[in-house]
Amino acid sequence: MAIISRGFAGRRSAAEAKLPPGQYLTTDFPVLSAGPTPHVSLDRWEFTIDDGSNVLKRWDWKSFRELLSESITVDIHCVTRWSKLGTSWEGVSLDVLLADVRTELPYAMFRSYGDYTTNLPLKDVMNKQAWIAFKFNGADLEPEHGGPARLLVPHLYLWKSAKWVKGMTLMPHDKPGFWESLGYHIYGDPWQEQRYSGE
Amino acid sequence: MAGTAVLGRVTWRAAKAVAVHDETATARTLALAICDWPGHVAGQHVDVRLTAPDGYSAVRSYSIASAPSSDGRIEITVERLPNGEVSPYLTQEVVVGDELELRGPIGGWFVWRSVQTEPIQLVAGGSGIVPLMAMIRSRRSAGSSAPFRLLYSVREPETVFYRDELQALSNQGDSVVISYVYTRVTPKDWPRPAGRIDAPLIGTGTWPSTLRPTSYVCGTTSFVEHATDLLIAAGHDRERIRTERFGATGERK
Repeated sequence: MAIISRGFAGRRSAAEAKLPPGQYLTTDFPVLSAGPTPHVSLDRWEFTIDDGSNVLKRWDWKSFRELLSESITVDIHCVTRWSKLGTSWEGVSLDVLLADVRTELPYAMFRSYGDYTTNLPLKDVMNKQAWIAFKFNGADLEPEHGGPARLLVPHLYLWKSAKWVKGMTLMPHDKPGFWESLGYHIYGDPWQEQRYSGE
Repeated sequence: MAGTAVLGRVTWRAAKAVAVHDETATARTLALAICDWPGHVAGQHVDVRLTAPDGYSAVRSYSIASAPSSDGRIEITVERLPNGEVSPYLTQEVVVGDELELRGPIGGWFVWRSVQTEPIQLVAGGSGIVPLMAMIRSRRSAGSSAPFRLLYSVREPETVFYRDELQALSNQGDSVVISYVYTRVTPKDWPRPAGRIDAPLIGTGTWPSTLRPTSYVCGTTSFVEHATDLLIAAGHDRERIRTERFGATGERK
């Protein structure tokens, strides 16, 4: 039984009803990062897919941008409790990137410039669930929000949507990434409120 | 390392306000006594949950301002946000004896442990001072002699948190070297005009990069972006810079 906070009324709005438990609505776009923002030049940028020993696929910026991209409008939910509804992005679906990758490996570790990592089951980034996004609200993605390109996996807490992404390593077993090693949940479903390990 | 930080923190605990005092016109420090508090490390935060009589609840995260201790108490300092849901309650409504719920401590990255002996550079923007103050207080309570410097950026003199305690610290010999930056209004006869942190100030107000300090930078997103860019330009290793951005109602360019 929760303790009632004397004199606390709180605020409720119709929009809050659409949010996962424990989230509140924001209209700005806060930033959560563990360190300095990397500034990655497009002529050095690349995205690779490997299986831990061999590079299976590699794109530079030019070849990446020649891939079929799409517009995405999704709600996003940060573990620090803000949610933002109806955000507009442009990106390349992971379905496109993985189209001719044949693998039995069921997990992936996404890797970023600046050494950030985050782990995801492969099934969570397939079938129109994840993109490498390079535009936000019609403009090039700003470095502080993960530009030139970030992963976008909107059905999980936003720390899974790795900023400054540069590749993914397919893995036979699940393994914690950066925040997952520091006490955050291994999977991070906002609708189950999987914020911290142990929930 | 993460394991100790995680222990017991998903449990909501009853907490009681045992002291409150204003830091500035818009910020208040609350001392909380917590049931079965497991202890914390400087830099960690807690989730605070408020519940209305009809069961509606709201949760926000606040950095711990106090040094680790074993007396089951912590202090948090809360800045009142103009359209906040929880911060107006904590800064204006709560009185000594009120109960609320809390869980934590949370966070295993933006922390300073007293086993660290390398030089420490703290860079605070506004209320970003709070977790850094916990580090300064932790250094003192642990008897650490790690060299600490603090670069503290505020809008105007009246918005400085922990003013007397910081003043007392900088009057001591072996202590924490403190530099202030005023972005809007300076004290009378202040040598530097009001303005943001810039490269010359990083030169005079922070450890040289050759000492290889670990830096902790905390403030709004735009403050953290600006300060870390300057530190990197001054030769600091990006791997030795840890950041915490206060974002929820942070400014957007």
